Amino acid sequence: MTTAPAKAGWRFRQPSVIPGFGLTLGFSLAYLTLIILIPLSGLIWRSAALGWTDFWAIATDRRTINALQISFGTAFIAAAVNVVFGTIVAWVLVRYNFPGRRIVDAMVDLPFALPTAVAGIALTTLYAPNGWLGSLLAPLGIKVAYTPLGIVIALIFIGLPFVVRTVQPIMEEIDKEVEEVAATLGANRFQTIARVLLPGLAPAIVTGFALAFARGVGEYGSVIFIAGNLPYKSEIAPLLIVIRLEEYNYAAATAIAAIMLALSFMMLLVINLVQTWSRKRYG
Amino acid sequence: MEVRVANVRKEFERFPALHDVSLDIKSGELIALLGPSGSGKTTLLRLIAGLERPTKGKIFFGEEDASQKSIQERNVGFVFQHYALFRHMTVADNVGFGLKVRHGPTRPSAQEIRRRASELLDLVQLSGLEKRYPAQLSGGQRQRVALARAMAIEPRVLLLDEPFGALDAQVRRELRRWLRDIHDATGHTTVFVTHDQEEALELADRVVVMSQGSIEQVGTADEIYDTPNSPFVYGFIGESSSIPVKVEDGQVWIADRPIGLSAPQAPQGEATLFFRPHDVDLVDECNGCIAGTVAASRRVAGTRRVELEIGGDRQRVEIELPVDHPAAQKSRVVFRPRRWKLFPAA
Repeated sequence: MTTAPAKAGWRFRQPSVIPGFGLTLGFSLAYLTLIILIPLSGLIWRSAALGWTDFWAIATDRRTINALQISFGTAFIAAAVNVVFGTIVAWVLVRYNFPGRRIVDAMVDLPFALPTAVAGIALTTLYAPNGWLGSLLAPLGIKVAYTPLGIVIALIFIGLPFVVRTVQPIMEEIDKEVEEVAATLGANRFQTIARVLLPGLAPAIVTGFALAFARGVGEYGSVIFIAGNLPYKSEIAPLLIVIRLEEYNYAAATAIAAIMLALSFMMLLVINLVQTWSRKRYG
Repeated sequence: MEVRVANVRKEFERFPALHDVSLDIKSGELIALLGPSGSGKTTLLRLIAGLERPTKGKIFFGEEDASQKSIQERNVGFVFQHYALFRHMTVADNVGFGLKVRHGPTRPSAQEIRRRASELLDLVQLSGLEKRYPAQLSGGQRQRVALARAMAIEPRVLLLDEPFGALDAQVRRELRRWLRDIHDATGHTTVFVTHDQEEALELADRVVVMSQGSIEQVGTADEIYDTPNSPFVYGFIGESSSIPVKVEDGQVWIADRPIGLSAPQAPQGEATLFFRPHDVDLVDECNGCIAGTVAASRRVAGTRRVELEIGGDRQRVEIELPVDHPAAQKSRVVFRPRRWKLFPAA
């Protein structure tokens, strides 16, 4: 038979006739290596110098585990809250025209621009037991500042623009006709939102979640003011890293960092795969 | 289901889109709303669907006043030009959507919904594509899915907004015939909007010609084409030529010459003469006729279009000649319209 065997493995997608493929790919790889890959491999390298037993001892230390749990747990909750309210904010900004809409729109970006420490201090003042909101919540037995709840609030503040800004452009592209068709087919408003609009927005919402979550895991500045930083209770992993650094315990610091890096990378990878899958499916 | 549009007026932010429109649609009829863009045809369709509320007037489905009802309660099937399919749903889920969102005992079982969906996909000749997503279909296939989805709810009226507008000419013609077949098989009262007169005249039982927010004429294809009742309809439907003329003593005059057409009923004074380019008789000598110098001549498919300049002010008109007719070679052509119509000058 003359038929060639099917080519196994992957190959470069045929670049177009327009030049630039080699140059841009080369540049991207060099750039990513310089900016991301080299520093991160340095991190792995340093923590590897620790040896497996020591690494494991640090990784399974109660304080490390608690700090990681608090970091990832609060970031997850904050991102989840942001998904709900960020989507609503985006909806209001896209769909309704009201006086001051542009101001509200600009306000969404403030958490991007504000030094995070300022945000942390402001939130702490507000939610401290003698602060405006804290004093109202204290009689109800709700303590916000100096607890993981405070961390969640700080991360919600930090993460909001990520969700709004990823969902907003996709929402703007929603075809009004799709909603109208759903209505003529007998769907009420709730059904239209749940079955028609949200599934279409899902990929953008997942991206927004991933960004807010990743940002929350790495957040340091705003959190340390409001968290109270009690070891085992409200100490986040980035803070623990700083503490280790201040003790000149570089190996322990890099070990915790390497664990965070591995966990974050895994979660982002999973989220990315989910997105690729949904994009392939819905075109 | 009969649909009656009674004295409906629609304004968008004080700008009138429809002036006092009335229309009776018979049960089981296939009717076309035809007009140029901005004529209000889509607005009228959306008003019937309930996607807009009339500023004034009412819309009846049978004896029932539908203007008080929400879109959901009206039970109409609406098909958009750009399909508006649900991208994240399979073809079968798209078609079954209208049944799935029903409440309580009116909602069929999941199995029944699936059965109905595949039955409808059979009807629109898409069986076997149930599991596909809209992105995997061609334009023509998507529009058929949209139609199947609209028919799934057993609508009282089927409303199609430029259903073939986004498709290429070949598919368009195919779907046109196919829509006629489906209509004859199912008998839904169907209203469709189009700006393509060929589509309207070929497909519809009756055509509603609209212009600037008003209905100009309602009639069968023959009535619309053969007896247009206004200069707009004459100019809009089919080819037409027009010349300003004068009516005096029951005769039609161009400048100071009678052209051999008698119009005893027409009012005296300025008027416009309309005729179809192919509805002319060539005459040998001018004894009551229109004479013109050939300004341009084009071959159009099986005929030749000749543009003539008439009279002192060089008014241009077009007539159609057989390809091999010797008159096309001459510099001067003399003719008389066979069928024509006069409208008083505005």
